Parts: sequence; structure tokens; C-alpha cells
Amino acid sequence: MRRLFLTLGIFILLGLAGFYVFTDPRVVSPAPEIGTLPPPDVENGKLLFAAGGCSSCHATPGQDDKLRLGGGLALPSPFGTFHAPNISPHTRDGIGNWGVKDFVDAMATGVSPSGQHYYPAFPYTSYRLMPPKALADLFAYIRTLPSVEGRAPGHDLPFPFNIRRAVGGWKLLFFDGTPFRPDPTKSEEWNRGAYLVQGPGHCAECHSNRNALGAIIPSTRFAGGPDPEGKGFVPNITQHADGLANWSKSEIAEMLKTGFTPSFDSVGGSMAPVVRNIAQLSDADRMAMAEFIKSLPAVAGPPRPKKAE
Amino acid sequence: MIRTVLVAAGLVVTLSTVIAQSDPIAERRNTMKGVGAATRDGAAMAKGEAAFDASKSETIFKVYAAAAQKMPGLFPDTAKTGGESTAGPKIWEDPAGFKAGFAKLETEATVAAASATKDLDSFRSAFGNVTKNCGSCHEVYRIKK
Repeated sequence: MRRLFLTLGIFILLGLAGFYVFTDPRVVSPAPEIGTLPPPDVENGKLLFAAGGCSSCHATPGQDDKLRLGGGLALPSPFGTFHAPNISPHTRDGIGNWGVKDFVDAMATGVSPSGQHYYPAFPYTSYRLMPPKALADLFAYIRTLPSVEGRAPGHDLPFPFNIRRAVGGWKLLFFDGTPFRPDPTKSEEWNRGAYLVQGPGHCAECHSNRNALGAIIPSTRFAGGPDPEGKGFVPNITQHADGLANWSKSEIAEMLKTGFTPSFDSVGGSMAPVVRNIAQLSDADRMAMAEFIKSLPAVAGPPRPKKAE
Repeated sequence: MIRTVLVAAGLVVTLSTVIAQSDPIAERRNTMKGVGAATRDGAAMAKGEAAFDASKSETIFKVYAAAAQKMPGLFPDTAKTGGESTAGPKIWEDPAGFKAGFAKLETEATVAAASATKDLDSFRSAFGNVTKNCGSCHEVYRIKK
């Protein structure tokens, strides 16, 4: 009997030790070349800021200046309510004290400068596709924006989701940390679109169904699903008949610029600010995104409410 | 003859009012479809796919103004959900903001109908500005479906 307890105890200890080791947020920085990067291209950073929709979550709510990144917006989810942090260049409350490496680690691995896991409500699961050079450009642009004082409230998450360490386990199961690799068999335009849609644009983060642990289900990626914020249903954007099969490439690019669908409905909900952001990109970039989206294989999404005409 | 026409017209008006009252969801959907059709014409002209037509451009803005005037009355408490409605709960939580959005659209569309239909350039810029109202209202007051 005593032996059984001993064995059990050892197993529990081993388990805890394993959990501790495998969920360790310390990262081997994905970007050893940071010291050798050329001076940042702020214009490219500005473009990526728009493509990434950073201001949609991080701009201080209740005021019109989308470049004041004081944070505080509440993001409801099945796991509790997240609050977007202050990412303005304020040295105490924002990211003014960060170095380039801190920013790259946060965006590409989801780990904070103090060595904590970020929750994947922050879509580093997509942003990690951006190479260190692009992230350094983006960081340089954010540093030109106004410094905003004040910290956003903390996340409001019930147990066990309030244990950040557990995100390490989630990452082991679901997080692929590889950067974007162009497909040499595809056109330059397709690759540009694939990068913009999957990386900074993080389209799949909303346009996919998620499993019980909040991770995107790979087989129905881009096929739509219930709105993660709990309001309505996000459309299928694959080439399925219920998706964008009947949209031409230029119709997709047009919607990303003006918000009008081919039937001249105007997209709403959180897609409205997405369009305002993507409208700041060039026509060529929007066409590239459309080129990639037109190449997504038809996948049936989860059953959805009756579609409006 | 005149009498028959008048009676018929009266009937049509009464009937459509009755329909509007009995099925506000269908009525607002039809109104928005009219707005969409007008926007299709406008976008074709703005993009140079269709020839600029002054009277058509005036009609487009008038369709917007009429819809903006009519829409706020089509969201009674009894028609929050149902049919294929994509009306968001915010409409009933913030009725003042909802009405203000339509008031803004009505004003801008009325001004544009009177002043921005002379030539393609003025139409294009007014059309671009007025249609910004679509997305800003849909962002808050409509749910995804």
C-alpha cells in the first residue's frame, strides 16, 4: 500500500516537473539577426499596422483617434473577458521601454518581456508569420505614435484560465511557431496575398471554427463559424458554395476597399473596421489577398443560421 | 376613371402601410435592398463602368434619403428578431444613436441630391462620402450572419 502511494507520488512529481519544463515561457529568440537588421522602414511599418488591424483592438475606446493605443477594449470570449493592453510608446504604461527583440518575441512567440505567456486572444498565432525585419518596421512605426498614459484593466478570467502558465501547454498542443515560407510553385502575387491574409491580416482568427480549448480547427480553417465574441456568425470565406465561390477576384478586392459585397450590401460588425484598415493598403495588395483567397479549397463550414438574401 | 385610380392608389397606400406595420422585418429588408440596388448603380457610375447620368445620380441620393427617413420606424420592440433579420441588439439599447445615424445619412443624402449631381467628379466624391454611412452603422447595429 505504501509502495502504491510512493509510486503515485513520484508520478505526480514527474508530471508537475514535466508541466513546469514544457510550459516554460522562456524563448530562444526566433530572430538572432536582430542586431544586424537594416534601419527600419517606417512606411512599411505603417502599412503592416493597417494590415494587422492593431488599432481595432488597441485604440482607446470611446474616442476617435485610432492612433492613440491606450488599450482597454473588452474582448468577450467563452473563457472570460480579455482587455487589450496599452501598446502606445508610453514608457511606464505602454511599450516605450521595449527593445526590438522584446517586440519580435511578443509578436512571433507570444511571450512578454517579463517572460510570461500571452493569451492567444492576441493573435500571435498569425503574426508569427511576419519576419523579424517586418516586425522591426512595425515596431518603429508604433514608436512614432502618441504616448498614452494609463494601464488597461487586467483580464477577467475564471479559474483555470487565469493561470498563464497553462498557455504554455496550449502552445505545445496548438502553436506552430514557424515563420512564413513562400511557395515557389505559386506566383509572387499569390505569395504576397498568402502572407498578408495569414500573417498580419490574421483573417482566419475570426473566419474559422474553434475547438473546446479555443484553438482553430485546421480542417475548417477559413470556413467560418460562430463569432468568437459571441455575436452572430462569421462567414465562410473558402471557395465553397456557401462561401466566396461566386465572388470574382476583383469583387473580393473591392469589398476589402469599400465594404460593398457583389450584391451591394455593406459589410458590418467587426468587418467594418477591418475594411477601413485594409482600404489603406494598395490596390495591388488587395488584389494579392483576393488571389490567395480565391485559391482556398472549398470547405463546408459548421452549420450556420439561414443566410440572408 | 379618376375615381377608380384614386381608390386604387388609396388601396395600394393603405395596403403597403398595413404590410409595413404587420411585417417590419420584411419591409426594412426590402428598403435596404432598394438602397443596395441604388448603390450598385452609383458604384458603376463612380467606377466609370456606366456613363454618368445626372438624373440617375439624383435618384440614387433620393433613394438613400427616403430610406433613411423610413428605416428608424421599422424597428418596433415586437420585431427584434425573426425571419432572417440581422438587426443587432444595440438598436434597442441605443435608440438615440441608431436614429442619429439615419438622420445623418438623410441630411447628407439630401444635400448631395441637391448639389452633387451636376458632373461625375462631384458625384463621385459625394457618393464616396455618403456611402461611408453604410459601414459605420452596420458596424454597430447589425450582427453577422
